[in-house]
Amino acid sequence: MTDLVLETRGITKSFGALKASDSIDFDLRPGEIHAIIGPNGAGKSTLIKQISGELRPDAGQVFLAGTDVTQQTTRARARAGLGRTFQISELAMEDTVLQNAVLGALGASGSVWRFLKPVLSDAELVTRAEEALDRVGLLDARNQRTAELSHGQRRQLEVAVALTLRPKVFVMDEPMAGLGAEGSLTMTRFLDGLRSEAPILLVEHDMDAVFALADRISVLVYGRLIATGTVDEIRSNAEVREAYLGEDA
Amino acid sequence: MIQERYLNALVLFGLIAVPLYAMATEELFTITLATRAVILALAAVGLNLALGLGGLVSFGHATFFGIGGYTMGVLAYHAQTYTALDLGLFTIEGTKSMPIIWLVAIILSSLVAVVIGMLSLRTSGVYFIMITLAFGQMFFFFTISWAAYGGEDGLSIYVRNGFPGLNTLVPIQFYGICFVILCAVLFLNARLAKSPFGLALNAARQTPMRTQTVGLDPTRLKLVAFVISGAITGLAGALFADLNRFVSPTMFSWQFSGEIMLFIILGGVGRLFGPVIGAVIFVTLEHFLGEITDFWHIYLGVILVIIVLFARGGIVGLLSGRGGGHD
Repeated sequence: MTDLVLETRGITKSFGALKASDSIDFDLRPGEIHAIIGPNGAGKSTLIKQISGELRPDAGQVFLAGTDVTQQTTRARARAGLGRTFQISELAMEDTVLQNAVLGALGASGSVWRFLKPVLSDAELVTRAEEALDRVGLLDARNQRTAELSHGQRRQLEVAVALTLRPKVFVMDEPMAGLGAEGSLTMTRFLDGLRSEAPILLVEHDMDAVFALADRISVLVYGRLIATGTVDEIRSNAEVREAYLGEDA
Repeated sequence: MIQERYLNALVLFGLIAVPLYAMATEELFTITLATRAVILALAAVGLNLALGLGGLVSFGHATFFGIGGYTMGVLAYHAQTYTALDLGLFTIEGTKSMPIIWLVAIILSSLVAVVIGMLSLRTSGVYFIMITLAFGQMFFFFTISWAAYGGEDGLSIYVRNGFPGLNTLVPIQFYGICFVILCAVLFLNARLAKSPFGLALNAARQTPMRTQTVGLDPTRLKLVAFVISGAITGLAGALFADLNRFVSPTMFSWQFSGEIMLFIILGGVGRLFGPVIGAVIFVTLEHFLGEITDFWHIYLGVILVIIVLFARGGIVGLLSGRGGGHD
C-alpha cells in the first residue's frame, strides 16, 4: 500500500444538499494512467480540487506518496510533488510563453525573493523552462504573448508548466478539452510517454483518448465511484454502460 | 507612435532641462513646481508597484505619504526646539539630517504597511479598497487630534533639513536631490519588474490559482509588494514635507490617495513612467488651469474620462502604441 503515489480514503464533500463527493476511495500506482470518467456534474472537478488542495473535504483523507496532506495547502502539495493542470487554462496571459514556463521552474527550484537580477538571466531556470516547452512542442513560440496563443497551444503550455515542476504525480483536468482531432492525438501520444516519469490522474471526456491511454478507469456518477477497473472491465460493466457510456460504447 | 523607452528618455530630458532653464532665467517658482511634480511622481511610483504589478487597488496610500511627512515633521520639530522625543521606554534626539529622516520614514512606512497589508490582503476587490481607505482615515483623524504636533493646524519647520555637502535651501539643489531619488527608484523598479519576484508577483495578479499550484504564495508576494510600495510613498512624503517645510493632516487625506491613483491612470497603469507622466501633467494643469479658474478639476475630470474610455493604457499606452493596459 505504501508505494501508492496518490490515494484518497473516504473523501466526502457536500455543497448544501448536493453530495459532490460521496466517500471516494481512489488510488494511483507508480507508472500508470488512471482515468476518471463520468457525466457532467458527476463531481470530477470537485474531486480534483480536493486532491490538489483548492477544496478541503468534509471527511476523508488525501495521501501523497504515503503522507497525509489533507490539511496542507495547494502550495505545500505542489512543493511535495503534485503537478496540476487546469480544465480552463490558468496562465499569465499578458506574459510570454517562456515567462509562464519560467514561473513553474521558479516555483519548483528557485528563490522568488530576488529583486534585482532579471529572472530570464537565470540560466538554470530558463533551461528548465525551455526543456519543458520543447517537450510539448512550444519552444518556437516561447517569445509570444500567451494571450496570442491558439487554444490548443495554451493547453500545451498548461502541461509544460506542470512539467517544469518535475512532479511525482500529474493531476490533469481535461487536457484534451477543446483540442481538435489532431491535437488530441498528439497530446495522447505525449501523455503515453509521460506516465513512465510520473503517474497521471487523468480526468477526460475524450473517450478515444481515455481508452487509448488508461491503465485503469474509474467511473464517477453523482459523487460516487461506481466502478474501477481496466479498460475492458469498464467497457463491459453493465452499470457503467447504463450510467454513462451508452449502448454504442 | 514612439517607443516607450524613447518616451521615457524624453520625460527624463524634460525633467532635467526645464529646471535648468528655469534656473538660468531665475524663475524659481518653476523649479518649485518641478520639485513638487517629481515628489508626487515618486509617491505615485510607489503606488504603481502595488497597483500596476500587484493589482492591489490601495485607496489608502496617503497613509504612507503622511507617515513620511510626519516623520520629517516630528524629528525636525524636536531638533528645532532642542527638545527630546519621548518614546516611553527611552528618548531620542530630533534631527535635521535628510538621510536619517528618509531612513526613519522608510522604516516606519514599511512597518505600518506590513500591518495594514496583512489585514487588508485577507480581502480583495472593493473590500480591499475600503479597508485601505479606512486605515488612511484613521491616521487622518489621529493627526487632527494630535495636539503635540499642531493637530489640525499642522506643523511648520522653519529651516529645510540638510543634506551633507549641499545647500538644500537653494531650490535647484533640493530639486536635484529629489530628481536623483526618483531616478534611483525608477531604476530599481524597472529591475524589480523583471526579477524573479516581479515575475511571480505579475503571475499572482493575473492568475493566483496557477501561482499556488507551482508552489508560490500569492498573498505573501502581494504583501511584500505592498510594503515596498508603502516605503517608496513614505519616502516621497518625507521629501514633500521638506519641500513645503510644513506637515498637516491633509497629507493623510483620502483625496491624496485618489490623486496619486489618478496620476497612474492618466499616465498608464503598470507602466514604469506612467506615474511620472501623470504627476507632471497634473502639476502643470494645476498651475496653468488653476490660474484661470478655481474649478480646473472639471477639465481634469474630462481628460480622465477620455483616457479611461479611449486609452486604457494611459498616455504612455496612447503614445507608444502598445495599448491595452490592465485593470
